[in-house]
Amino acid sequence: MESITFTETPFVRKKKRTEALAKLIFFLMALSMIIPLVMIIAYLVVQAWPILSIDFLLENPANRMRAGGVWAPLLGTIYLVVISLLVSAPIGVLAAVYLNEYATDNWFTRIINLAVVNLAGVPSIVHALFGLGAFVLFAGIGRSILAASLTLAIMTLPVIIASTKEALASVPMPFRTACWNVGATRWQTIRTIVLPNSISGILTGIILQVSRAAGETAPIMFTGAVFFKALKDDGLFAYNLLDQCMALSMHLFTISTQVPDVPHALPYGTAVVLMAIVLLTNGLSIAFRVYLRSRKRW
Amino acid sequence: MAPSTDKKIEISNLYVDYGPLSALRNINLDVYRNEILGIIGPAKSGKSTLLQAINRTIEFIPGARVRGSIKIDGEEVRKIKDINGLRRKIGMVFPLPVGLPLSIYDNVAFAPRMAGIRNKSQLDEIVERCLKQAALWEEVKDRINNLGTKLSGGQQQRLTIARALSHEPEILCLDEFSIAVDPVTTMRIEEVLKELKSQMTIILVTNLVQQARRLANRTAFFMNGELLEIDKTDVIFSDSPAHRVTYEYVTGIFG
Ligand SMILES: Nc1ncnc2c1ncn2[C@@H]1O[C@H](COP(=O)(O)OP(=O)(O)OP(=O)(O)O)[C@@H](O)[C@H]1O
Ligand SMILES: [Mg+2]
Repeated sequence: MESITFTETPFVRKKKRTEALAKLIFFLMALSMIIPLVMIIAYLVVQAWPILSIDFLLENPANRMRAGGVWAPLLGTIYLVVISLLVSAPIGVLAAVYLNEYATDNWFTRIINLAVVNLAGVPSIVHALFGLGAFVLFAGIGRSILAASLTLAIMTLPVIIASTKEALASVPMPFRTACWNVGATRWQTIRTIVLPNSISGILTGIILQVSRAAGETAPIMFTGAVFFKALKDDGLFAYNLLDQCMALSMHLFTISTQVPDVPHALPYGTAVVLMAIVLLTNGLSIAFRVYLRSRKRW
Repeated sequence: MAPSTDKKIEISNLYVDYGPLSALRNINLDVYRNEILGIIGPAKSGKSTLLQAINRTIEFIPGARVRGSIKIDGEEVRKIKDINGLRRKIGMVFPLPVGLPLSIYDNVAFAPRMAGIRNKSQLDEIVERCLKQAALWEEVKDRINNLGTKLSGGQQQRLTIARALSHEPEILCLDEFSIAVDPVTTMRIEEVLKELKSQMTIILVTNLVQQARRLANRTAFFMNGELLEIDKTDVIFSDSPAHRVTYEYVTGIFG
C-alpha cells in the first residue's frame, strides 16, 4: 500500500514554532516558582549548617537565648498546633458536612457561607486581637496555651470549613440521589458514600492548616506565647494547658530582632526547623492527594 | 397473574411546579397492580418529573412544589412519615446509569444493608438474584468485588436496575433505561420485565415508542406537562387514538 507522506507547509511550521515558544514560556514561569523556594531553603541550610544537629532540636535555649537549641519553642509549637486543630478540625468538618449535605439554600445558609469565605480572608492580627479580647480577657482564661490555641483554632476554622466543603462537593450529586432513591437516609449516604470518597481531600485541607498554625506569630503573640519559658522537665508533657509557652515562630522573631549578640547560625537554625515543619506537612498533604488520585473510585 | 384493575397508584389533580415553571398540570392517572404502564411523550413533557413526585425525591430539588394527591395502596404519599420506607417500596432507574463507588457486590447489597440486613448468606442470595434479573450476573460473577463504577455504561445501567430490584420494590419505575444499553441487552431486560410484572407494578417511561408497544398493557401520552390520553396500548397504537397528536407522535410524523 502506498504510504502517504505529509510535507510541512510554511503555515504548519510557523504553528509548530509558536507552540514550542509557548511551551518554553510556560516552562520558565513554572520554573520561576521553584527557584526562590530552592534558593531560600539552600540559603537557610547553608547559614544554619554549623548548628544543625539532633541536639539543637532537643536542647532548651540557654544563656539568655544565645546558646542551646529550640526544644522549648518546638514543643510549644506542637502543643499549639495540636490543640488548635483538635478544636477546629472536628467543628470545621461537622460544620462543612452540615452546610454541604443538609442545609437548604436559604438566606441563613447564604449568610453562613458568606461569613466563612470572609473569615478565611481576615488578617491574622485581627484574629489575634479577637483572641485577646474573647479568650484572654472576656473568658478569663488568661494568656496561656489554651487561649493561644483557641485563637489559632478560630483562625484555621473557616479555611477548614471551606476546604472540607470543597472535598464534599467533589463527590458527584448523582451518587447521593442514587442512594436516596433506594431509601438510604441522608446520614447513611454521608457515612457510606460521601465521607469515604472525600476523606483524603478533607485530611489534606486539615494538614495544610498545620503549617499555617505553626507559622503564624501574630495570633499567639498576645494570647499565650512568651519570650522565654523554662520547662519543668524534659518530657513531652512539660507544658500545662494554662501555662504560657514558647513557640518557634515567635522565638525566631525575638532572637533575630530583640536579642543582641546572638550567634549567627542560631536564627537560621530555628528558621530551618520551622521550614522543615511546613515542608513536611505540605509534603504529607501532597502525598495524600496523590494517594487520593490513585484510589479514585469513579 | 393477569393485570387487574385493582389500583396500585392513584394520582389525582397533580400539579408540579419548578419555581415559576409548571412541569405537570392536572394529572389524573391510575396505575393498576401488576401492569406495565408505558409513558411516552416528547422531551420536557414532565415524564421524569412524575416519577420523582411518586417517590418524593422531587423534594430534593430546590423550588419544586407538588400539589394534588398521589396515593399508593390508598395511602397519601405526601403524608407518609417513613419516607425511606416509601422509597424502598419503589425501585427507580434513571436514564443515566449511576454505579456507586463501591464494588459490584456492594452496589447491589447497598439497599438491603441500609435497611438493616446483615446476614451474609442472605445478602449473597439477594445479590445473585438481582444481578441475574438484570441480565448482568454472567458477565460479572467472577469479578463481583471489582468497582461498579469501572463497568461499561450499559453494564452500569444493568447494575442500576439490579440495585433498584435489591430492596424488593412493589413498584418499579424505569426512566428511559435503554438509553445506555445495546439493543440485544435491551431485549433481554425487556424479557425480564415481562416476568417481573407478576411480582410488581411497573411504570416504563420510554422514548422508544415501540418499546412501550412491545411491553405496556396501557400507555399514557404526555405532552407539555399534561396527560393527553391514557388507554390500552392497542388503542394508543391504533389508527384512531383519541387525539390526533398521539397518532402523529407514535407514528413518527410528529413535529
Ligand atoms: N431540576 C429541575 N429544575 C427545574 N426545572 C426542571 C427540573 N427538572 C425538570 N425541569 C423542567 O420541568 C419540565 C419537565 O421536565 P422532565 O424532566 O420531567 O421532562 P421529561 O418528559 O422527562 O423529558 P425528557 O424526555 O427529555 O427526559 C421541563 O421543562 C424541565 O425543564
Ligand atoms: Mg426525562
